[in-house]
Amino acid sequence: MFNVLFETVQDGEELYLTWLLAGLGWTVALALAGWCFAFVLGIVVGCARTSTNRAVAIASRLYVEVFRNIPIIVQMFLWYFVLPEVLPSEMGAWVKKIPPPWGTFLPALLGLSLYTAARVAEQVKAGIEALPHGQRFASRALGMTEFGAYRLILLPQALRIIMPTLTSEVMGIFKNTSVALTIGLLELTAQARQINEFTFKTFQAFGAATLIYLLLALTVYGAMRWLENHFQTPGQEMKREKRAIPFDKKAEEATP
Amino acid sequence: MNHFDFSVIIQAWPFLVKGLIFSLQLTAVSFIGGLVLGIGLALVRHLEVPFAAPLATAYITLIRSVPLIMVLFWFFFLMPLILMWLTGASRPVQIGPVWTAFVTFTLFEAAYYAEIIRAGFRSIAKGQFAACKALGMTTIQTYGSIILPQVLRVVSPILLTQTIILFQDTSLVYVLSVTDLLGAASKVAQRDGRLVEMYLAVAVVYMVICSATSQLVAVLKRRYTVPGRH
Repeated sequence: MFNVLFETVQDGEELYLTWLLAGLGWTVALALAGWCFAFVLGIVVGCARTSTNRAVAIASRLYVEVFRNIPIIVQMFLWYFVLPEVLPSEMGAWVKKIPPPWGTFLPALLGLSLYTAARVAEQVKAGIEALPHGQRFASRALGMTEFGAYRLILLPQALRIIMPTLTSEVMGIFKNTSVALTIGLLELTAQARQINEFTFKTFQAFGAATLIYLLLALTVYGAMRWLENHFQTPGQEMKREKRAIPFDKKAEEATP
Repeated sequence: MNHFDFSVIIQAWPFLVKGLIFSLQLTAVSFIGGLVLGIGLALVRHLEVPFAAPLATAYITLIRSVPLIMVLFWFFFLMPLILMWLTGASRPVQIGPVWTAFVTFTLFEAAYYAEIIRAGFRSIAKGQFAACKALGMTTIQTYGSIILPQVLRVVSPILLTQTIILFQDTSLVYVLSVTDLLGAASKVAQRDGRLVEMYLAVAVVYMVICSATSQLVAVLKRRYTVPGRH
């Protein structure tokens, strides 16, 4: 069915399959690295969004407005094309000389992380606001610092609440890695397009890549469900079943 | 860095506006088409229509698992073949990137809207279905006059937010070299070597439009929420 993958490439020894797997490698590397940054930054900005300090709240709001409202492809263009031009000329020249594939991987990573972080921040904020207000005051009354209240009381609960939406965010970052092909990173979609251009086996090239994306989505979904179960607070199972999350069998059965 | 030259943006402005109008048209057409198809898909799944329901589920799952760029490539290469088969022509019927974009975005968004609307169906109290039946309403009457108006009202903020994301996503037609807002900017940028001005201008335009519309959605949500629901 995917015969073309086992043919050797033009003017080379390797199989087309190696191209596709190399693309998969970059897709996974970009998505995972991007998620690590986005998750940490998203939590920080999300907490800042709920801060009682006005300056902090406004700054974090501004961050979210900017990075959530500019399309990811435009953000990648800004980091890839515009940043080297606006930096002082020596630094700009140095940035332009970063050898491939890092020269495209890093701007893609930067764009993807900052964009996803803005989306994660809004969910963290929603999670914290879903908690009873008294908890924040109670923690302070018990002598906790603001930082301690977030770290020990608010965030552990908020993150558990937003697990389903975080799941779609992780699935989203895997899909958004494909935008990096526009600045020249040879990730999965780019490799599929390249195989198609070399062989004209459209169905096989794109079919294989589509199948890999499906498997990635399933893997991410499974992993996130496992994490959700693993970190679940005992006694909260009932609440979880009521929530509607994509692909959720239980929620489907609940429909009339 | 070369001097930031604002006049470059002003000169290119009419061309950028043309691109923006295309982006907005693409958004509007995919919103309407996607919504109609999405309601259809959601209904098929909700009514558990034999044979069609699993197909709808498979379609929605597939589309939602694959990046939009990949879907754009699929349709760009597939549409000519499908049209050849449909019209019985002897060679692939080329429809060009613009039509590809309209068809792809409509079909792509339908899957996302369908999931949102399906979640809306779940928010309707089950007793309403029973009550409709007791009043002797047909399925069309039940859904057309009772269920759907409520569902659409409940999910409209989410639908509109999704549409803002759709508007942002239309910039991805760049991969088909279509002249949308970003496409127009990149053509000028490459012709005149003015990447900084053009891409910054585009970023600001997108940010202003998306930021303003999301504020608007938030206001509408507060004003038009059905009392007693949230």
